[in-house]
Amino acid sequence: MFNFFIKLLNKKISMKINRRKFMAFAGTSAAVLGMPNWALSQSKVIFDNLNIFVPAAPGGGWDGLGRAIEAASKAAGLTNSIQIENVGGAGGMVGLPKFVNDKKGQGNTIMIGGSVMVGAGITNKSPVTIKDVIPIARLTEEAGAIVVPTSGKIKNWNDFTSALKANPKAVSVAGGSAGGTDHQLLGLIIKALGGNAKDAAYVAFQGGGPANAAILGGQVSAGISGYSELEEHINSGKMKIIAVSGNTRISGVNAPTIKELGLNVVAANWRGIFAAPGVSTEQKGKIIDYITKLNTSEPWKKILVERKWTNVFLTGDAFQKALNEDIKNTEGVLKDLGLA
Amino acid sequence: MSNFEQLLNGFGNALTPSILIYGFAGCLAGTLVGVLPGIGPALTIALLLPLTFKAPAVAMFVLFAGIYYGGMYGGSTTAILLNTPGESASVVTSLEGNKMAKRGLAGPALATAAIGSFVAGTIGTIALTFFAPIVVSVALTFGPAEYFSLMVLAAVSVTAVLGNSVVRGMTSLSLGLIIGLVGIDLQSGQPRFTFGGIMELLNGVEVVVAVVGLFAVGDALFLAWQGREKIKKTIIISPKNKWYNWMTKKDWKRSWKPWLRGSFFGFFIGALPTGGAEVPTLLSYYTEKKLSKKPEEFGKGAIEGVAGPEAANNAAAAGVLMPLLTLGIPTSATAAVLLSAFESYGIRPGPTLLTQQSNLVWTLIASLYIGNVILLILNYPLVGIWVKILKIPSQWLYVGVIIISSAGVYGAGRSSFDLALLFFFGLIGYFFRRFDFPAAPLIIGLILGPMAEQSLRQAMIIGMGEWTTFVTRPISATILFIAFVLFLSPFLINFYSKKKKTI
Repeated sequence: MFNFFIKLLNKKISMKINRRKFMAFAGTSAAVLGMPNWALSQSKVIFDNLNIFVPAAPGGGWDGLGRAIEAASKAAGLTNSIQIENVGGAGGMVGLPKFVNDKKGQGNTIMIGGSVMVGAGITNKSPVTIKDVIPIARLTEEAGAIVVPTSGKIKNWNDFTSALKANPKAVSVAGGSAGGTDHQLLGLIIKALGGNAKDAAYVAFQGGGPANAAILGGQVSAGISGYSELEEHINSGKMKIIAVSGNTRISGVNAPTIKELGLNVVAANWRGIFAAPGVSTEQKGKIIDYITKLNTSEPWKKILVERKWTNVFLTGDAFQKALNEDIKNTEGVLKDLGLA
Repeated sequence: MSNFEQLLNGFGNALTPSILIYGFAGCLAGTLVGVLPGIGPALTIALLLPLTFKAPAVAMFVLFAGIYYGGMYGGSTTAILLNTPGESASVVTSLEGNKMAKRGLAGPALATAAIGSFVAGTIGTIALTFFAPIVVSVALTFGPAEYFSLMVLAAVSVTAVLGNSVVRGMTSLSLGLIIGLVGIDLQSGQPRFTFGGIMELLNGVEVVVAVVGLFAVGDALFLAWQGREKIKKTIIISPKNKWYNWMTKKDWKRSWKPWLRGSFFGFFIGALPTGGAEVPTLLSYYTEKKLSKKPEEFGKGAIEGVAGPEAANNAAAAGVLMPLLTLGIPTSATAAVLLSAFESYGIRPGPTLLTQQSNLVWTLIASLYIGNVILLILNYPLVGIWVKILKIPSQWLYVGVIIISSAGVYGAGRSSFDLALLFFFGLIGYFFRRFDFPAAPLIIGLILGPMAEQSLRQAMIIGMGEWTTFVTRPISATILFIAFVLFLSPFLINFYSKKKKTI
């Protein structure tokens, strides 16, 4: 019995289990392409063995991206085998130092990261931040959605902004951890309306479940989250979506952007991949080559459509520039919120 | 179709040989992981998720339901026999359960836990079948202010677990409250008590690491110390009687009310979006201690103190499924894993789940009834086998306990830091045992502290900084009033009984 459980644990450690799950998926994707899996993999394998380091627990957004990359690269024949390692906690701040220390100079290891990691490094005053890893590519983006309980006093965007103008402290807004993208969006809106972001009545909840329950129960005036977290509740009519935070509307969703509504606020939760410090220029080039090929592959395009992820592919110096700008902006917002 | 007809339909789907095999496998696996300290149903289901690509949805959910309920059944076994709760929800069970085992009553303790789990699981499932939408709509009226008041009520009930010395009990509780503050503060994003940047501490201290360290490792260290000092070995007698009289008539009489009360606490608080399974076990223990005709037996092995909390944690398991199935809101780690299992079948649990996937949902609910029966049949005879564990020489037994709990804790977080933390808590546990401090208050402080703090601050933000928010909201005010009366009652009773004497 003991042996059995130790085996079970070993399986967890090597994360082989989830590979099997996605091998099945990869197989079907290849079938869609009308080409056998092996034929593809013989033509252009870039990494015989690739490690994906996910600084979050299984099940979240970063984990989803890591597993999507795994499935697509196998289906596209860019890699033979992929290992995924999850080290979760604190917006990536538990995993990030581990990645920097343990994977130094490893050219076949990539880490998932994104805007949450930028903000977490600033609010936690962490000694290791996203600046300590090498940016490879920005891949996807998910816009935030602002919702109100259908039964609440606030019915639309105008109600929302006039209430915020009158007294931001009276408009409680539910979302994820303090300083995260949801909190930042509220701060940006209040600032754009001429108020002080520090007055935001932001109610942080642990995870999407309790936050959604608070919105559904009308405990708060409004809520902010990634659109996918709220979709089912919006469709069922228990929450009303009043705006989305992206540059453009989400296709198939009848909600205006904040920009359309007359406020110059754009915010989205981007996700991308990074390499460990100490990798050579050559190794970096190989990873960029791999991710660029992945980005144009059919399996990847299919996944983007399925998951409603917006493709915001950017790599090399352009990504480095965008990242620096994002860090600067985030620092600004967090200062306004009184968290940096 | 009415709920009842759909349920019958669900039974029709679930009572096929192949589905029953999945159910049995799930119950067995669940019982085992419940028994093993540090490995819970959430981790087990996560490990089995890849199977969702091989098996039909109905079969998998029946398997998962078995693991989920089974984990709650199994959690009490080591808590009673070895004073080593496998899950935080069985910490309270160990208080009386282990004392019973030490008095030679391991059989009745395990039996009342198994039957209580069955009763509570069935009541919880019946409530889930017929009242889920109502219970959930009531649960949604609980906001942060109500949670805080509920935590105040729970804090009053902590008095029941402080043990013989209030000072020692409060020391243990305070230590738990302080440890609960470690990590990033949810409302401000700032790190607290991380010693200037120990990254592993940013996420706070995992309750399961503290539970396993404090109880399992602590006891093992204590035993090692005892061995050297040649203090006489604690003798635990196993029951010799047959299975049909593990529980005497008197035991039945003393157990059935706690089962029912525990079930009520469990399924209602379990249905709350941030309820959990620990608070109901605590409330149930407090209630039983207060209502008992022999309160002096508490702390020495009162069967009510096992029956109530065990019923509560099983009913909580059914409660957690209510917001999951009616709204798609996961309120526990296991529910979150179940949610991703739904998603891997392309099912988005949400308000439409019951109408769009009614076949699957009703088969799942039917399988919960069947799973409960399987678990009773499986666990009741196992009582006879489990008590034999006590015949293993303790030095061997505790080596096994240390190996399994270390493997469990490392496997869950893949972090050597967690392992160090486990042994740190082991040392605390050792000193607690050595100097007679109760361990349960520390765990309860660790669980209640963060919940109380966060809901207090959430309520204050929503209430625009007005303290009156706790008394102007009717539900919150009612709970606070009950807590206040319960807090004062020992003083008042004392006062009046003294008055009588002087007259």
